Amino acid sequence: MGMTMTQKILARSSGNKQVTPGMLISAKVDIVLGNDITAPVAIKEFEKAGVNGVFDKDKIALVPDHFTPNKDIKSAEQVKLMREFAKKMEITNFFEIGQMGIEHALLPEIGLVTAGDLVIGADSHTCTYGVLGAFSTGVGSTDMAAAMVTGEVWLKVPEAMKFILTGKPSEWVGGKDIILHIIGLIGVDGALYKSMEFTGDGLEFLTMDDRFTIANMAIEAGAKNGIFEVDNETLQYIQEHSTKPYEVFKADEDAHYVEEIYIDLSKIKPTVAFPSLPDNTKTIDEITDIPIDQVVIGSCTNGRIGDMRIAAKILAGKKVNENVRCIIIPATQKIWKQCMHEGLFDIFIDAGCAVSTPTCGPCLGGHMGILAEGERAVSTTNRNFVGRMGHVKSEVYLASPAIAAASAVTGKISSPESVML
Amino acid sequence: MCFNELKFLILKGKVNVMNYIGNVLKYGDNIDTDVIIPARYLNISDYKELAKHCMEDIDSSFVSRVKKGDIMVGGQNFGCGSSREHAPITIKESGISCVIAKSFARIFYRNSINIGLPIIECPECVEDANEGDRLEIDLEKGTIFNYSNEKTYKIIPFPKFIQDIINSGGLMEHIKG
Ligand code: SF4
Repeated sequence: MGMTMTQKILARSSGNKQVTPGMLISAKVDIVLGNDITAPVAIKEFEKAGVNGVFDKDKIALVPDHFTPNKDIKSAEQVKLMREFAKKMEITNFFEIGQMGIEHALLPEIGLVTAGDLVIGADSHTCTYGVLGAFSTGVGSTDMAAAMVTGEVWLKVPEAMKFILTGKPSEWVGGKDIILHIIGLIGVDGALYKSMEFTGDGLEFLTMDDRFTIANMAIEAGAKNGIFEVDNETLQYIQEHSTKPYEVFKADEDAHYVEEIYIDLSKIKPTVAFPSLPDNTKTIDEITDIPIDQVVIGSCTNGRIGDMRIAAKILAGKKVNENVRCIIIPATQKIWKQCMHEGLFDIFIDAGCAVSTPTCGPCLGGHMGILAEGERAVSTTNRNFVGRMGHVKSEVYLASPAIAAASAVTGKISSPESVML
Repeated sequence: MCFNELKFLILKGKVNVMNYIGNVLKYGDNIDTDVIIPARYLNISDYKELAKHCMEDIDSSFVSRVKKGDIMVGGQNFGCGSSREHAPITIKESGISCVIAKSFARIFYRNSINIGLPIIECPECVEDANEGDRLEIDLEKGTIFNYSNEKTYKIIPFPKFIQDIINSGGLMEHIKG
């Protein structure tokens, strides 16, 4: 029987000629990732194992990004633990404040992940790297600890769902609208335990930043991983960012999918996920008069340079509404510098936005923009669960940078067109 | 063994307890890890301290109501969202002996196995169970008995690979073995 992209990578990494859905395998990992929330738990577990060193000091990435720059003493202690562990184990990929970026924006940018890799990360959005034709999935801290010892992870080979993207999206529709549309269609457990495999001739109309956003939110449909077919755009990205050897896997013609879903990109409208699940979606034309208090543009979902440029295009020459705080967080230092050089910060600051150093911050209600009771935010992040960004009675509406920026201007959830007359 | 065949999942946990008797605390579908333990507490590393905030954002009375041995019952996609292992750890630390759900989100599922929180997938049992029902789970026999409706539900054990992890007392013990 033929194999999907995911199954081929799992076969290669587990030393099997063929794997089939449901098989339990032990696979070699190319990168193990942890952050300031999950790595400290993993490090404690690792230390209990009583081994002298990690399996490979170059294949572990430690990124303190959630509560950093440390928001309080407890957070500082967590990062200190990571830093000391990294030193002791001579881990090459520990990213101090100043080099740090949000993990899932950072790792591809510095070329640590490439096509064909098998990546596990103690962070659910590790699925982001599937955009490069890698198998990557979120795991827990104990998995991370075990992988730091053995270099391996246990996995169940997933069934696959194929998403065939066709057509060209309209002007203000990007990766975020597409993935919100898909999650709205299949539900937050629509791809539970499965791999989401993206292909089709619509890919040519999607920038790498669009694709990153789509792969990033595969977990929001419950998927084990999201993976994109590698095309010239991907290869160009890889060549520009990474010197690692890579391997491109293509699905077999007779690969089995439990479902094949056609998505006509040209029909997708700007989409917003209402509280408090990402599948609670509405298209922009269905939304009337929802006043907001805050806008957040950033995160591992939409904090890349393409996202910043869209926000700037909309905010240029305009002012943030007097009832709104607009917080902009470029996801990495490199993106930050690009924004600076391209003059985007002038636009943001002149419009009345606050610009932050890279951090997850408000995305998980950590710091840098927590919501009070009854407040509403439009956010380019990926989760709108109860209390995600602050008070349990606050609300998060997930949207693209275009909708977020337009909403910042009008003070209510708005289409980009409505402010770009 | 295919995952779909595995309609019911069972996990013994680190302690070799084969039976759990407790009262049901019931929740709905898509219980996410942000409501199980909100991110604002994730810089706390003391598990007892974390447990004081278990389910706080969805059920502020959980911590005062939960009794040692109680059984948490959830709907579909239990434990979705963030990969934080703090979620199963917090549930375990709060005194819950076992979680029964219609289905589990995959990272929560593996985290529970890896840390030894017993989880069981049993849609029929979830459908019938009401808040406060008394359940008895017999892992050896592979059954759940609900004292309120006097119905017995069957559970099918984990595949051997996972059972081996469990028998070792969790993943870290397993890899040492
Ligand atoms: S930006 Fe948000 S979703 Fe992404 S890694 Fe950080 S906390 Fe998680």
